[in-house]
Amino acid sequence: MNLDKRLISLSSKDNVLVCCRQIPMNEAVEINGTSVTMPLTINVGHKIARQAIAEGELIVRCGMPIGSATSPIALGAHVHSHNIKSDYTASHDRNATQSEQ
Amino acid sequence: MSNMIPAYLRQDGRKGIRNVIVVAYLVECAHHVARQIVTRANHPDIQLIGFPGCYPNDYALKIMKRLGTHPNVAGALLVSLGCESFNRKALREEIENSGRPVNNLIIQQTGGTRSTIDAGLEWVLETQASSAKQPTVDMNVDELVVATICGGSDGTSGISANPAVGRSFDKLLEQGATCIFEETGELIGCEQIMSERAITADLGKEITSAVNKAESYYSKMGYGSFAPGNADGGLSTIEEKSIGAYMKSGASPISGLIKPGDIPPKGGLYLMDVVPDGEPQFGFPNINDNAEIVEMIASGAHLTLFTTGRGSVVGSAISPVIKICGNPETFENLSEDMDINAGKIMLGEASLDSVGEEIYNKVIAVAKGEPSKSEALGHQEFILTYKQFEAIGPSCLPIR
Repeated sequence: MNLDKRLISLSSKDNVLVCCRQIPMNEAVEINGTSVTMPLTINVGHKIARQAIAEGELIVRCGMPIGSATSPIALGAHVHSHNIKSDYTASHDRNATQSEQ
Repeated sequence: MSNMIPAYLRQDGRKGIRNVIVVAYLVECAHHVARQIVTRANHPDIQLIGFPGCYPNDYALKIMKRLGTHPNVAGALLVSLGCESFNRKALREEIENSGRPVNNLIIQQTGGTRSTIDAGLEWVLETQASSAKQPTVDMNVDELVVATICGGSDGTSGISANPAVGRSFDKLLEQGATCIFEETGELIGCEQIMSERAITADLGKEITSAVNKAESYYSKMGYGSFAPGNADGGLSTIEEKSIGAYMKSGASPISGLIKPGDIPPKGGLYLMDVVPDGEPQFGFPNINDNAEIVEMIASGAHLTLFTTGRGSVVGSAISPVIKICGNPETFENLSEDMDINAGKIMLGEASLDSVGEEIYNKVIAVAKGEPSKSEALGHQEFILTYKQFEAIGPSCLPIR
């Protein structure tokens, strides 16, 4: 499979691809023969879905689970804290407060 | 190129790659005086460390003892206010018995701020000048203790910089060196694969329980070891960060589990359990990366390999820090702070093996005296706070 040079497949078991060169908004990438236009800029180190992922499905990177989907994720969509969660300790952002915990 | 390292032989048989005089404040109230001594001395081999608390703490005393007798340390000036709880007598004796020059100035008995600064400055300058005359001896790679930490990680760290450090660890270990990796709270999810690498089944069980302890501790604190910058860089969960962090450990067998300040036996790969024992008492296990670097130095690390994706600039007192940057964009932005560009791996311009080799060569060069970037820039971050630990169990070090 010819993968876009801006993406890396870390393991054949993975359902995500990692961005190694920034993909600007509105540019198309080809994943598994399907062309997907990016609705937002994908920065280096971020992930996009290699295939459609169902809600509750494990997200696999480097052949290992890194959390599970909190909503259905379409092929090529940005995979991040808005649609996946830790199966251990929840991640926090800069707006977190102790009382929320 | 010969790998023989010119080093300073200490009484306990360990050898140092630097010859530092530390100035240590034993309570925050003595911090200004100690800092003034170091600032006025203005010498790369005179560095500031210290403990801010006024209540006693066994862990802090142990770490200060280990730092005062670290192979890279040639002597120590202890600065007390006078009324603090820190056991200055025990610390002084430990350093004295190691054959190093030591002095303890007590501000309340030395005439105050100005007099203590003057007396301290005179002592450190004289002590540094005489320690600089100490002849060097040959040191082999198998006498090196190398630590690793990741900080400011992003989605690239686990693909480029961390596995490249793992390759350099494998090479160092092959040559008999001692390597330390850490932060069980950032290895959550990797407990099974790590325990399979342990040299005995009982050690494997200890590793698993150390990671379980970390998970339970962080759950009680309400935050995982996960910073907002990690998410900005594409990491979504602690497991994803862990898998990346784990890559720093390479592929060699794990010889033991140590706690901060435990000196590992010579040779082999050791995991450091940095999460306190018992119920959370003093807050987060390590409040920042610098606290972890200090703990690995206390366990004898001669230098630290620091991997980053977002870009950290910190260094350390006592032992040099080498930066390995996994993100090619960050390397461009912060090249003045980065020693090794592992971002080349992301762009397909270098292999993990070739960058691993580059890191190994940098370790040898810095051990031989070449300053790392953070060292040349004068970074000497240091922090030590309260913690509590029980001694490690008998299965943690199968080979002593």
